[in-house]
Amino acid sequence: MRSVKRGKLGALALLAALSLLAAACSTEDSGGGGDEGEDTGEATATLAFGVSADPIVLDGALVSDGESLRAIDQIFEGLVTLEPGGTEVVPGLATDWEVSEDGRSYTFNLEEGVTFHDGEEFNAEAVCFNFDRWYNFKGSLQNPAASYYWQTVFGGFSDGKTESLYESCEAEEELVVTLNLTKASSSVLSALALTNFTIASPAALEEYEADRGQVDAEGIFSPAGTYATEHPTGTGPFMFEEWQRGDRLVMTRNPDYWGEAPGNVETLIFRPIADPAARLQALQSGEIQGFDLVDPQDYPTIEDDDQLQLLNRPAFNVGYIGFNQAIEPLDDIAVRQAIAHAVDREEIVSGFYAGQGEVATQFMPPELFGYSDGVTTYEYDPDEATRLLEEAGYDVPVQLDFAYPTDVERPYMPDPQANFEAMVADLEECCFEIQQKSATWTPDYLDNVDNGRYGLYLLGWTGDFGDPDNFIGTFFQTPQPAWGFENDEIFTALDEAEAETDEDTRTGLYEEANNLIMDFLPGLPYVHTEPGLAFAANVTGYQPSPVSLEPFATVTVEGGQ
Amino acid sequence: MLNYALRRALLTIPILVGLSIIVFAFVRALPGGPEDALLGERGTEEQEAQIREELGLDEPIYVQYGRYMRNVLSGNLGVSTSTRQPITEELKLRFPATFELAIAAMLFAILVGVPLGFIAAKRYQGVLDNTSLILSLIGISFPVFFLALLLKYVFAIKLGLLPTIGRLDVTRSLAHPTNFYVLDSIIAGDLAALGDALRHLVLPAVALGTIPLAIIARITRAAVLDVTSADYVRTAQAKGLDPRVVDRRHILKNAMLPVITIVGLQTGLLLTGAVLTESVFAWPGVGSWMLDAIRFRDYAVLQGGILFFAVLIVFVNLLVDISYAFLDPRIRYQ
Repeated sequence: MRSVKRGKLGALALLAALSLLAAACSTEDSGGGGDEGEDTGEATATLAFGVSADPIVLDGALVSDGESLRAIDQIFEGLVTLEPGGTEVVPGLATDWEVSEDGRSYTFNLEEGVTFHDGEEFNAEAVCFNFDRWYNFKGSLQNPAASYYWQTVFGGFSDGKTESLYESCEAEEELVVTLNLTKASSSVLSALALTNFTIASPAALEEYEADRGQVDAEGIFSPAGTYATEHPTGTGPFMFEEWQRGDRLVMTRNPDYWGEAPGNVETLIFRPIADPAARLQALQSGEIQGFDLVDPQDYPTIEDDDQLQLLNRPAFNVGYIGFNQAIEPLDDIAVRQAIAHAVDREEIVSGFYAGQGEVATQFMPPELFGYSDGVTTYEYDPDEATRLLEEAGYDVPVQLDFAYPTDVERPYMPDPQANFEAMVADLEECCFEIQQKSATWTPDYLDNVDNGRYGLYLLGWTGDFGDPDNFIGTFFQTPQPAWGFENDEIFTALDEAEAETDEDTRTGLYEEANNLIMDFLPGLPYVHTEPGLAFAANVTGYQPSPVSLEPFATVTVEGGQ
Repeated sequence: MLNYALRRALLTIPILVGLSIIVFAFVRALPGGPEDALLGERGTEEQEAQIREELGLDEPIYVQYGRYMRNVLSGNLGVSTSTRQPITEELKLRFPATFELAIAAMLFAILVGVPLGFIAAKRYQGVLDNTSLILSLIGISFPVFFLALLLKYVFAIKLGLLPTIGRLDVTRSLAHPTNFYVLDSIIAGDLAALGDALRHLVLPAVALGTIPLAIIARITRAAVLDVTSADYVRTAQAKGLDPRVVDRRHILKNAMLPVITIVGLQTGLLLTGAVLTESVFAWPGVGSWMLDAIRFRDYAVLQGGILFFAVLIVFVNLLVDISYAFLDPRIRYQ
């Protein structure tokens, strides 16, 4: 009797100890790395990749977030794609194409012998099915949170509420398809390389009811069909296998892939890990073999570690100080030029970007065609700044207000406050008096910027697709409260450049436009950054892309862990 | 006894109604809405207005509340704006993860804390007592986040003994009928998976359970000391009862009352999601879920989640209150 309690407690403790022992002795190693895969070209390796969040859904037409696009890129393909690591448009599911004289029709010849993952044939009809599906989106599917990219590139839908660039799609022959537009556009080709315009199997779209959904009491469309969560069906080098939210997304190699997949990855797993430090630790312990969105302050740790490697994406963003010319005296070119001379951009870029930034001379990154080597540059020269102001008749110091966002990190601006304080110091040391302002990124800061409530403000942009229209067209093709100016010369130059169909002429026009812009100086671009990715040292063949279009089909995991 | 339980249960209803109103109003008072988080720099005025309209955020607040409560009572907690999944479905995935972790943490805290507190009390003012006092203070004051990172660094990265993240090795396949991975692996008869699941539980459970452990140890010690000096204990000892019987039948049982209160409260707190621990260990539970909801201004998830927690805590407290009636007959007759 007396020893029962002890006995019970003892037994419990023993059980706990035994199970812990079982756990500790479990011989499964925590590294799921490349296993027996020899470099015979046989795909046997497993690669686990750490991502920042789960995809939302796996239907390219209804997402705009990076993680959904990353997964969709492995499973689906579009008519065209980008050269690996660059922004030049190259053939995808289309082998070549022709543009009509008036720039309104694009005719594509399609690749032969391609099948979707469900065995259905890929052909011109399938292409038109997809385009028409997007064009005919109704109700909640027209919500910009859903079909953002269709609206950015093509504008409206078949209901005619807004103008649309898209007119129709014709399946001329089995493997020839023509897209007809309502007006001439040249940026549409780069846009077609976007993940959002990849082609899905019409049979799967119908069978699994890709468009069916509940519009709930709050008006959000959530898919009721299982297409986007269980049966995404494309033509790509990987096929969907299983998806457990919060846990992992598993894809397996497509044995019938029509193209080249030189890597040896048989099983590709995306595991969501929200905290960047946790991602790094998982890589260090071998639980994953790579991850994206590396914190700049971790770059030295990764570079110093033999077992790891740091890769950089070519710069495809721009950080800038925006000028709102509706607020005086920013409408005076002398003042804008003075600001450009007063800020030491070199110092800021070398100080706050962990070696991964380069000073910007214009509002587009060097990677992009249309980048001009002949823009006017503004050297750091506070004396020149003062001279300009005095010559224009101002009493130095000139008063300005300047705002920065709190509570946010952007790829082009990891530490807004640090940038801000350095810039204010430069400006005040020279010839300005700054009224400092700040607000939280969402909703107030962006709201204020968009409504022209700040004079100077920190902001930036990451490109979506490889066309200058996506940068300077977005900023300067129409009057906007954030910039506060009307300049017909620039508006017209950008309109012309967008419509021009001849590639070389177009490049020239955009270079001219950049020259004009940097003379007019509607803002001061100061940085392009190269975001980092980390991998285990034995992973090769990953090709970082400026627009994050990165197929794992070329990746090889060498040997075992 | 039944009377008592019923009375306590009925009292929870006005509490829950009041809570739902507060939660609803509070979440609505947050600046910014899902339209900002969804579009960021890309959002134009028209697009944001369109989203606000679609989500019905333009209507008066009592209309929104009425609509919401009607849905809740019919089992529909709404849909998450950031993942487009029904919230009840997400809850089914997330809650078992936190529950499993909370049980593991509490087991750790109780199995180590109670004996520790008991022994410290028995060897009052001795070396063990003072040491455990210091350790308890350290345990309570140590920031959980830091402890979690430290444990990870030492045991997972430097020593390589345990995994750093998640509930299971990323390459392992396991069916999840219950979403309690330990149970699932037993059901599947997969011993290797069981071992894997337990290994993944160790570090987060220790990190999460340290504060409850320290608190439980201290409370146990205090309660045992208190009871040991009571008259009936001295009587029992004077009667010549075996000290171990005295310990078990008189001291422990009576000392357990405050300990159970603490255990109940702590479990309630743990169940509502150890946000920091879950984020450090990438544990897909309700804590990390709430954190994401805040970041994405996901009203629906915040509301549904907080309401769920409120109900949970009220329920746990109800259980604790009722369990008193078992342990202390005096309460039963109030």
